[in-house]
Amino acid sequence: MSVPHEAIQIEQPGWFRRLSHLDWAWAALVTAATVFVLAMYGGRMDVYEISVLLIVAPGILWLGWFWRPFQAFSLAVAGLSLLGILSYHGWSLSDPGDLARADTNFFLKFLVSGETATMWMCVLLFGATATYLAPLFRYKDGRPAIQPALIMLAVTGVIGAALVYVGMNNIRMGVQFIAPMFLIVTAAALIGLFARSDFPARVGTALAWSGAVMGLAGLLVRWRETYLHDPTWGYIPVSNLYEVFIQFAVMTTVMYLYYEYRTRSRAMGGFVMMVVSASVCFLLWYVFDREAHLIEPLVPALQSWWMKIHVPANFVGYGGFAIAAMLGVAYLLRARGERVNPDGLLATRLPSREVMDDVMYKVIALGFAFFTIATILGAMWAAEAWGGYWSWDPKETWALIVWLNYAAWLHMRFTKGWRGVPMAWWAIVGLFITTFAFIGVNIFLSGLHSYGTL
Amino acid sequence: MSSTTKAVTRGQRSTGAILLEFLGSMNLAITLLVALAIASVIGTVLQQNQPYQDYLLKFGPFWHEIFAGMALYDVYSAGWFLVILTFLVVSTSVCVYRHAPSMVRDMRQFRMSVKEKSLRSFQHHVADEVDMAPAAAIDRTSRALSSRGYRVRVKDHGDHQVVSAMKGASNRLGYLFTHVAIVIICVGAVMDGRMPLKLAELTGRLVVETRDIPASQVPPESRLGASNRSFRGTVEIPEGRRANVVFIPMRDGFLVQELPFTVEVRQFRVEHHSTGAPRSFESDLVIYDNDLPEPLEQTIAVNHPLIYKGHAIYQASFGDGGSRLNINIWPLNERGLEPVPFEGNVFQNYPMEVVDRGEWTLELHDFALHNINPFLDEQGQRFNRNFGPSFTFRLRDRTGVAMEYQNYMAPVEQEGRLFYLSGVRESVADEFQYLHIPADPRGSLQRFMTFHAMLQNPAVIAEVARSTTTAAVAEVRGDEEVQEQVRRTMERLMLLFAQGGYDAIAREIESRTPPEQVSQVTEVFIRVLHAGLQALYLEVLAEEGVDEITEADQVFLEDAVVAANAIHFYGSPVFLHLTGFEQIEASGLMITKSPGQGVVYFGSIMLTIGIFLMFYVAHRRCWLWVTPAGEGRSRVVFAGTSNRNMVEFDKEFGVLSAAALGRQPPSDRDGSPQEQPT
Repeated sequence: MSVPHEAIQIEQPGWFRRLSHLDWAWAALVTAATVFVLAMYGGRMDVYEISVLLIVAPGILWLGWFWRPFQAFSLAVAGLSLLGILSYHGWSLSDPGDLARADTNFFLKFLVSGETATMWMCVLLFGATATYLAPLFRYKDGRPAIQPALIMLAVTGVIGAALVYVGMNNIRMGVQFIAPMFLIVTAAALIGLFARSDFPARVGTALAWSGAVMGLAGLLVRWRETYLHDPTWGYIPVSNLYEVFIQFAVMTTVMYLYYEYRTRSRAMGGFVMMVVSASVCFLLWYVFDREAHLIEPLVPALQSWWMKIHVPANFVGYGGFAIAAMLGVAYLLRARGERVNPDGLLATRLPSREVMDDVMYKVIALGFAFFTIATILGAMWAAEAWGGYWSWDPKETWALIVWLNYAAWLHMRFTKGWRGVPMAWWAIVGLFITTFAFIGVNIFLSGLHSYGTL
Repeated sequence: MSSTTKAVTRGQRSTGAILLEFLGSMNLAITLLVALAIASVIGTVLQQNQPYQDYLLKFGPFWHEIFAGMALYDVYSAGWFLVILTFLVVSTSVCVYRHAPSMVRDMRQFRMSVKEKSLRSFQHHVADEVDMAPAAAIDRTSRALSSRGYRVRVKDHGDHQVVSAMKGASNRLGYLFTHVAIVIICVGAVMDGRMPLKLAELTGRLVVETRDIPASQVPPESRLGASNRSFRGTVEIPEGRRANVVFIPMRDGFLVQELPFTVEVRQFRVEHHSTGAPRSFESDLVIYDNDLPEPLEQTIAVNHPLIYKGHAIYQASFGDGGSRLNINIWPLNERGLEPVPFEGNVFQNYPMEVVDRGEWTLELHDFALHNINPFLDEQGQRFNRNFGPSFTFRLRDRTGVAMEYQNYMAPVEQEGRLFYLSGVRESVADEFQYLHIPADPRGSLQRFMTFHAMLQNPAVIAEVARSTTTAAVAEVRGDEEVQEQVRRTMERLMLLFAQGGYDAIAREIESRTPPEQVSQVTEVFIRVLHAGLQALYLEVLAEEGVDEITEADQVFLEDAVVAANAIHFYGSPVFLHLTGFEQIEASGLMITKSPGQGVVYFGSIMLTIGIFLMFYVAHRRCWLWVTPAGEGRSRVVFAGTSNRNMVEFDKEFGVLSAAALGRQPPSDRDGSPQEQPT
């Protein structure tokens, strides 16, 4: 080494010095928006709402610095939701806004009304899943991976078509909503037949980002719509199963995109987005079969500002656990692939075991941390609404069970150093427990938490 | 220490040490976590704290006995459940006790006396001879480390120097925080738990009251004084009334908890959305307490409790508070031309003498101002319809058998006609079956009741049969014998119908007619019966002063006949019609005292901080071992460890080791092209 020692930068510059001009512009924008909101609406906000704002704004600011793509995401969401909200008119006190514009205004009708944006989200996330999966079937070292692609294409295509046929002809109602799960794989195999690079996965990233943007913008516009229905109804749209499923899809997608950014690997995408697609399928069934998207006023027990923080915190947890389980599936497939056919698609196309193991731990840790916060917030809310911070209500109890399960998972990893296949299985089982706590309790068990019934 | 002494100490380990190791072991901890989870599952699958009667019905006496014995109906305060929890707390405490000292040491000690050999065995280590004096190497490395947040110590060992650095020691604090937090939360939960009640019950100082008696009559051994430190009870207070006790449900009975103050419910309000769904439940409360200069007035609502003297008062439910009801009693017999007016209060029982049917008891049960029911319109859109006020009551006959009824005050429109609805069921578990009584053009019950009363009167029926047959048969033939036969048939059929509906007629036909003629006879009989009923109905209309019969009047007859037939399944000798009310509501309050709440919250915050420290702070250590190599050169070994986030540490170690060895650091981001030094 001929470099003079003095020329080498050995001291790391301070954290703030490492921020770029764009980062500072981002900070200025978030601060300006916060000041604007406080100046315009501060008078009508109560102390809790102001504190939520003052905690969330720095949080968004920091998240944008910590993870730059989040800046663009936020701007897109803000832009689209403002477009939607303003399209309803009603930005002065004398003009209450008009819900009927959803049918006449171009933007609302085709882009950003709560319902339309959600439908866009569904389509985009299905697309993202298919394109993420496509490189699994693409050309392999110059030769097309024709055989597996064709088999997958045929099998999933036939099953998907059969489900659509059976569902549409009322032989067995509702099964057509499962069909997308298969047709997505069909589409992926079809794209894979022609793809020569991992380009489809990059399209997947773009589609996943767009889907998340549309979903979140849709929720924010829906928030405004609850007030347009009747000013006394207004509520944050995280209150019923329809709304929380949108939230789940958005949250899980965004969390995945973060780990994609960190690991620089898009190969996990197909698997993680499968669970998102499954939630979208449920959402579609819920809309078209049960009209769940209709806005109805909240029951008194839910009219609390606690909901604004309790529910989103919970969904970081659910999202993390869902991603971990899907990585568990991918992990097991790769482990099997390596054993059975070391040159096969599974052994070569999926991310390395180390990466999956590491990300699995990270999402579970993140999910666990937020799930803990959510449960504590839930207890605090319960103390205010039900007269006790813990009532052994089924939902509470299942939250505890989920918590205990992942606490045990983390203990095994930390103290016994468990890794690999058993932990992957455990993460998958964990998702079943989580799903039961999330939906199963509402379907099968009664209790105080009976807001989200099907 | 020689190996022999070690073996001896191991052989002589005290029972205490073995016990301590067992209690603090990870295997026990995981077993307990799993056991707790499974017990919790049982508690959610089996609905908890229901009346014992329900369980008995559901599981049968055999399993009921076993489940009750295992306390499965109240898992979360069962002895064995508390034992699991206690073990979890003990296990966690022992774990903290055993690991805390080494954790604290780990946080504070820099391990200056590290051996070169062990540094070389680290996964992250580099070693080289560098073109720097030891002092320069130490200076560079120290600067590189402290600029990245490491605390740095330097020690001169004579022949070599050691730089030891660490950051993120608070990761170890995370371990302590999370585990101590679990203990704290459990302690708080025990403070609020029912353990003292259980103990008092075991020692016989407390007896669960299982009789259905007013609070004032509950004996002292089922009462808890205001000094009780923690409880959670409910009380329903009618508007304008007060209470100074709450009820604590216990298995198949309850306890009475005295309050150090008196609560009055001045008013209870339900506000509704435009859809009819409730928007808010609120109670205006007044607290009376000698410690207060004047009574404290406060409105509570769902999500907005009142905290007074460590007691939290919640809006938990609502119900009827003994509304005053005005009722018209229509006897369902020949006297039913006029109703008997009656006044009563909800929750009261009234004896009722019914002619020919003996003594009955009327138990007024509930009153509801709104009955909002969901419907679908032609476009499939959901909408709600309010059926208006209704009241619920039981009618108990002499033998104690009771039927439950729900009667609506106003007629409800169905298929364009108005009906008075009365639901009837045998037990609470059944669905209501509805009796539809058609309302007359003035919207009242009078026409149907007149029709029904006249139908029950044999003299009237005989007269109707006579005049009808005379008119009809005279027109045709004038044969007196046939006329008499038709008259007798009609009279008999109408009497049968009046006594037992169509079923009675069917039985009559079956017993008297050969099977091959049944359908033919039935057809004739029904025609005769309907002719008679039609004639009777004309009488009713004539009495009412109606001379022109419209189509609506005709439809009314059809509905009336259906209703008259259905009355035989109605099970009541009277029809109760609500004519007026004065609603008195009751507010259901939950009053709790939980001194452990603050403790639990403190533990929760500690838990949260601990989790973030544990996951997101990595405890990292780096060492630089420097030996002079003469001529301003030195031999260095640089090594490091991290207990979290190895990917991140790989990068950091690359930069740090480059600084230690005086090399160009690798580029900060992998994947991006490396900048070439000029």
